[in-house]
Amino acid sequence: MNFRILKNSITKGRITLPLDPAGIVASPEIESLGAELKRMIHANFGRSFHIREVDTGSCGACESEIIACSNPMYDIQRFGIDFVASPRHADALLITGPVSKNMKLALKKTYEAMPGPKFVISLGDCAKGGGLFKDSYYTCGGVENVLPVTLHIPGCPPSPLVIMRTLLAFLHEGVVK
Amino acid sequence: MKDTDFIQNILASEKIGTVNLLRSFLDEVHITVAGADFTKACALLHNRLSSPVMMFFAEDLREQSGSFALNCVFLSMQMQSWREMFGIEPSGNPDLRSLRLHDEIWPKGYYPLRKDFAAPREKISDRPRYLFKRVDGEGIFEVPVGPVHAGIIGPGHFRFSTAGEPIISLELRLGWTHRGIEKLLEGKSIPEAIKIFERISGDTAFGYSMAFCLAVEKAQGIDVPLRSQLIRVLCLELERLYNHANDMGGIALDVGFSFPAQFASLIKEAFLQLNDAVCGSRYLKGVNIVGGTLLDIDTVKSALIRTTLTKIRKDFCTLEEMLLSSVSFMDRADATGILRTKTARDLGVTGLAARASGIGLDTRNVFPDIYRSLSFKTAKEQTGDVAARLKVRCSEVTESLGLIQQCLQKLAICDPHKKRTAIEKSGAALGCVEAWRGPVLVWTRLDTAEKIERCKIVDPSFHNWEGLSYAVLGNIIPDFPLCNKSFDLSYPGNDL
Repeated sequence: MNFRILKNSITKGRITLPLDPAGIVASPEIESLGAELKRMIHANFGRSFHIREVDTGSCGACESEIIACSNPMYDIQRFGIDFVASPRHADALLITGPVSKNMKLALKKTYEAMPGPKFVISLGDCAKGGGLFKDSYYTCGGVENVLPVTLHIPGCPPSPLVIMRTLLAFLHEGVVK
Repeated sequence: MKDTDFIQNILASEKIGTVNLLRSFLDEVHITVAGADFTKACALLHNRLSSPVMMFFAEDLREQSGSFALNCVFLSMQMQSWREMFGIEPSGNPDLRSLRLHDEIWPKGYYPLRKDFAAPREKISDRPRYLFKRVDGEGIFEVPVGPVHAGIIGPGHFRFSTAGEPIISLELRLGWTHRGIEKLLEGKSIPEAIKIFERISGDTAFGYSMAFCLAVEKAQGIDVPLRSQLIRVLCLELERLYNHANDMGGIALDVGFSFPAQFASLIKEAFLQLNDAVCGSRYLKGVNIVGGTLLDIDTVKSALIRTTLTKIRKDFCTLEEMLLSSVSFMDRADATGILRTKTARDLGVTGLAARASGIGLDTRNVFPDIYRSLSFKTAKEQTGDVAARLKVRCSEVTESLGLIQQCLQKLAICDPHKKRTAIEKSGAALGCVEAWRGPVLVWTRLDTAEKIERCKIVDPSFHNWEGLSYAVLGNIIPDFPLCNKSFDLSYPGNDL
């Protein structure tokens, strides 16, 4: 059995497809941004940067774009950025949504569960000041009213390239050391 | 026999006297009954008409007529939302849990959708904590999950009770992403409201804005030009396609089959880039306006869509083959998470999930009108398991690609846009769109200043979450993500 699997992987070699489904064009900016991101992450975080994501009432478009960052075209994992399942493994908390009152406690608990040093990134227009939902009776009016925010990534939703660009600009500022 | 007479006869057979029965639009019949007969009439029509209850809502008309008005749209556990939002106590409804205003957060006696509502000043709730249903017995384990999940996904709380491996009870507690959208919409102008509609559920941005525009257009008597109607169909199908690609990949990912999952994520990326190139937004935002669309499809865009879709069609075939021909994958998907036809019918499950459980309900056969001039088949499967929901997606992909082709052909010979103006300023009407998950319903009442007086929204997820909690019974917890993804329900659409 084991022999068969081994033989299979040796004879067939690596099975990959060229990045061409549906003829999408990978922007050359991904590679140049990525190389620089990788260098900065290596210098600032000791090789890798781990992010825990929490949705506090976003419409789901921001999540969709964060997930797109990991698809084979952008694949930001190769630049040292990883999305982790537990706050215990995270360097930063990435928060979307205007913070529904129902999520306030869960958000605080997630933050408290993270080891230091840690910092908070808010993503998407409603995470800052509540956006369109700021007058609602049931939102906290943005992440900054609940936790200290170090970086905001604007957009509704920000595309993967915008996320990469904003992160890189932030690392260049040298706030995190 | 006219359909109004038919309804009159049904109601008369149970001795329910109608107060008023009138056809207000070509596709809407309004029935008014006395308060005492309301529940009985709803139950009767749900069972006797071929259209299940799709929407229950209340209106605060105390200033106009001295009472609340209860409305029911046929196309159900929705009474809870009257109770928490208006403070109307339904009689005979045993389930009094709050859906969106959580007990630990929101104090007693504050009803957001009443017109005289003022936000509570005190910070702490005075209501008792929410109690989950308890399953007792030897060897029963309770597994709480959420609201913060391990993945990049919306928040929800799942309370599993298991006996050994199989799940014997699943209680869903949702409402975590509640943003008070129905209240927020009150007093908003139409362009402001469209922006909010595009942000109710990000993956159905187009479906929502279209449903709202249809409601307003119907209420104001606006005739939408054919060209805009075709562009709307095209965009709605693009939205369906990118979400189906996403889910087909997601189902593969949740059994650890990463190659097709990554392949599908590239197909989705291709759609998002196509959306961006065609209408300037990866999620089809900013296209719909009342009376038409801001977007026009010229020959250049038309050619771009054609060439991209030809390639994508091939990729979809590859993806489908990868999934359906993998024995180990199909072993996980077959007979997992079965939602029986009867359960689906009783719970009022709609849309894609219903079609996979043998209920051939697709509102595109009726609303909006334009679909009747295009040809497509309604996908339907009988088994109601994960594999059935996957196969329904596969056939809908083929139909959607066909629909887009037909739209492009018609657009090429269609007159350019003409701007239409409103006949009426105020009024109330229902907009219904078969978005990718199922029918999105928006009912709105406009005042004389063209501002929203009351707006009620129902996402298909609202019916289907309950279906999921039945579908997982008897399955093991490791299969829950798979079942969940095969439904792929919206947290923000349900929580509003």
